[in-house]
Amino acid sequence: MKYKLGTAAVAALMAASPVMADLVFPSLSYRTGPYAAGGIPFADGYADYFSMINARDGGIGGVAARVLECETGYNTEKGVECYESTKGEGALVYQPLSTGITYQLIPKTTADNIPMHTMGYGRTSAANGDVFSHTFNYPANYWNGASGAISYLLNENGGDLKGKKIALVYHNSAYGKEPIRTLEELAAKHGFELSLLPVDHPGQEQKSQWLQIRRDRPDNVIMYGWGVMNQVAIQEAANIRFPMENFIGIWWSGSENDVLPAGAAANGYKALTFHAVGDDFPVFADIQKHVVDAGNAAGAGDQIGTVLYNRGLYAAMLAAEAARTAQGIHGTADITPAMMRDGMEALEITEARMTELGMPNFGPSFNVSCANHGGPGLIGVTQWDAGASEWKLISNFAATDMDVIQPLIDADSGSYATENNIASNCK
Amino acid sequence: MFYREAGDFNTSYPEDSQTFPIKFDRWRYYAVLFVAIFVIPFLINDYWVNSIFLPFLIYSIAAIGLNILVGYCGQVSLGTGGFMAVGAYACYKLMTSFPDLSMVVHVLLAGGITAGVGVLFGLPSLRIKGFYLAVATLAAQFFLVWLFNRVPWFYNYSASGQISAPERTFLGVNITGSNTDAWATYLFCLFFVILSAYIARNLTRGSVGRKWMAIRDMDIAAEIIGVNPLRAKLTAFAVSSFFVGISGALFFSVYLGAVEVGEAFGITKSFLVLFMIIIGGLGSIFGSFAGAAFLVLLPVALKIIGVDWLGWPTDIVAHLQLVVVGALIIIFLIAEPHGLAQLWRVAKEKLRLWPFPH
Repeated sequence: MKYKLGTAAVAALMAASPVMADLVFPSLSYRTGPYAAGGIPFADGYADYFSMINARDGGIGGVAARVLECETGYNTEKGVECYESTKGEGALVYQPLSTGITYQLIPKTTADNIPMHTMGYGRTSAANGDVFSHTFNYPANYWNGASGAISYLLNENGGDLKGKKIALVYHNSAYGKEPIRTLEELAAKHGFELSLLPVDHPGQEQKSQWLQIRRDRPDNVIMYGWGVMNQVAIQEAANIRFPMENFIGIWWSGSENDVLPAGAAANGYKALTFHAVGDDFPVFADIQKHVVDAGNAAGAGDQIGTVLYNRGLYAAMLAAEAARTAQGIHGTADITPAMMRDGMEALEITEARMTELGMPNFGPSFNVSCANHGGPGLIGVTQWDAGASEWKLISNFAATDMDVIQPLIDADSGSYATENNIASNCK
Repeated sequence: MFYREAGDFNTSYPEDSQTFPIKFDRWRYYAVLFVAIFVIPFLINDYWVNSIFLPFLIYSIAAIGLNILVGYCGQVSLGTGGFMAVGAYACYKLMTSFPDLSMVVHVLLAGGITAGVGVLFGLPSLRIKGFYLAVATLAAQFFLVWLFNRVPWFYNYSASGQISAPERTFLGVNITGSNTDAWATYLFCLFFVILSAYIARNLTRGSVGRKWMAIRDMDIAAEIIGVNPLRAKLTAFAVSSFFVGISGALFFSVYLGAVEVGEAFGITKSFLVLFMIIIGGLGSIFGSFAGAAFLVLLPVALKIIGVDWLGWPTDIVAHLQLVVVGALIIIFLIAEPHGLAQLWRVAKEKLRLWPFPH
């Protein structure tokens, strides 16, 4: 039976391999499993952007883009299978949308010379391009997020957090643990008291954590959650009447899925972001015209304009721009993954270019360099308006405390480099 | 006609009790080994190794381990995921503490450490039985996952709590890390599979295995005829955990390369391995392989048929996969409660009589 399936699989791979005349963007999506509510809009946004530029601009530099979707279900084993089955098709850049899969793919993509973009997730110290040659996490990472939340609170409290109590409610996994060290450093620097409340996967059971919050009465709660954990946390916060405006989530805890179940009680909940929210951009008219009206919308087509859809759109835009940059550098339209990596390292996003693309002020302007794969780390804050059912940007993209973050990045990437004998990438 | 004992005369006791009494079967077995060792390594690429062969081989070891405990000794365990985690974390600590040792030593030591932990959690089996023991091993599962998440020493104080396998070698060939060759990782795992199957087969047909089976069939009767339940149960836990630990070590270091305990070794893993031995066949070494192959290959095959051939949306195929696998499990349990191994046995009996069934 094994051998029969084997020949079947070989035949399938052969049948599926097309002529190599398009730019392949694999999308390791998860439309099923416990985190599907977050995975679907992101995958839709990612796919729709490429459909749109294929229809509107005739692809990137005249070459059509092809999105190769592979379902991971947020599962690392399926992630490996997806990676191995798509890399042979000329995959230009991987975006696994899972911190667990990212950790696995960092050495693999480096060995296979394929870049990976982990936008706002993954291994934070990958921002150090000197060590992580093929991993990019611009424009912002988890530690920027932690620092951004504290900067925002500093602003609100007149620059002083001494004696304040801040609780971190986090997904008890690699993802949720990322900000702890940064927050501890910041707590020492600004004199606030930090308490840590882990929530185990998938996060449906949080009674004890919120009971503790009710008892300790922290001034602010920061949340690093994903999937169903977010909705439950917001509902529990509402149940203990924790003031929503003192509750800040990371960007993965700030979508419509998270706040809608709590209804009016979620009004005032805040979340960090590194890109704009809402659908008030010219690009959405293009998507409507070229993708939705043409009947090519990915998925059910009902996610357009949601926070995570916009994030997928933004990720696709950055990938397409990097591909365009790579075409410029190497003077060929049909780029390889290695060329794509050079394009990502030389990526320059300006306000003028974003306006040209129909996305004015959609994200910050920034440059990527060999030493800095992490971008500028500018963090904005959004707030949920339950009455109007929409997120509003209440604090514009502001710089974060790199004095605290940079030494942490250097230390963590340094230990990775010594553990794995990695030579300097930037000469 | 060709599948017969006829003409094959055994002249010694070892020959009489060999694993494959039929000549054709024996040659088939040698042929499979030959292909696995000398042919496949030259043909495979990264996709074949990482998507099909490594998971199949590693889950086979885990299934053999669990089969010894559940199938042969009758002690229901839901702690497989936790014991695999012990193997993985032991291997990680050994790899980072003693970088110069060979990978084989790390994996074997990781198995040994897991055996010790397994014995510890096997102690309650002397007092509690059946479903209650399942609950006790379930506690082991949750406790071990919690432990590896909670104590930073186990993950060398890394910021995220992930463990990543550094580059390690065996006889100068890279086995772990990113710069490995498909054939090297494949052969490395195959070595452990053959070793485990060989040990397991010979343990289960010897006096140790008979004691386990006596305990499984009726523990009071076994005790009366002189089987020491303490020793029988604890050796079953030790041997089983040893294999499960080896599979966990390989799963982390060779197959995935980076692991997060809650995601990779959660309760779903325990159930997955349990389903493998139930579908494959309890109390059968072949069943362990068949069950592992079934549950590893079926999703990949369904994905290739659904997504690559028929072009269906990925989410529909993923949902369909759950439906098909679930339905097949139910059908199997109803139509053939003794699993794939029993189908194989029946097929062999039929073959022996063929073409004159009467």
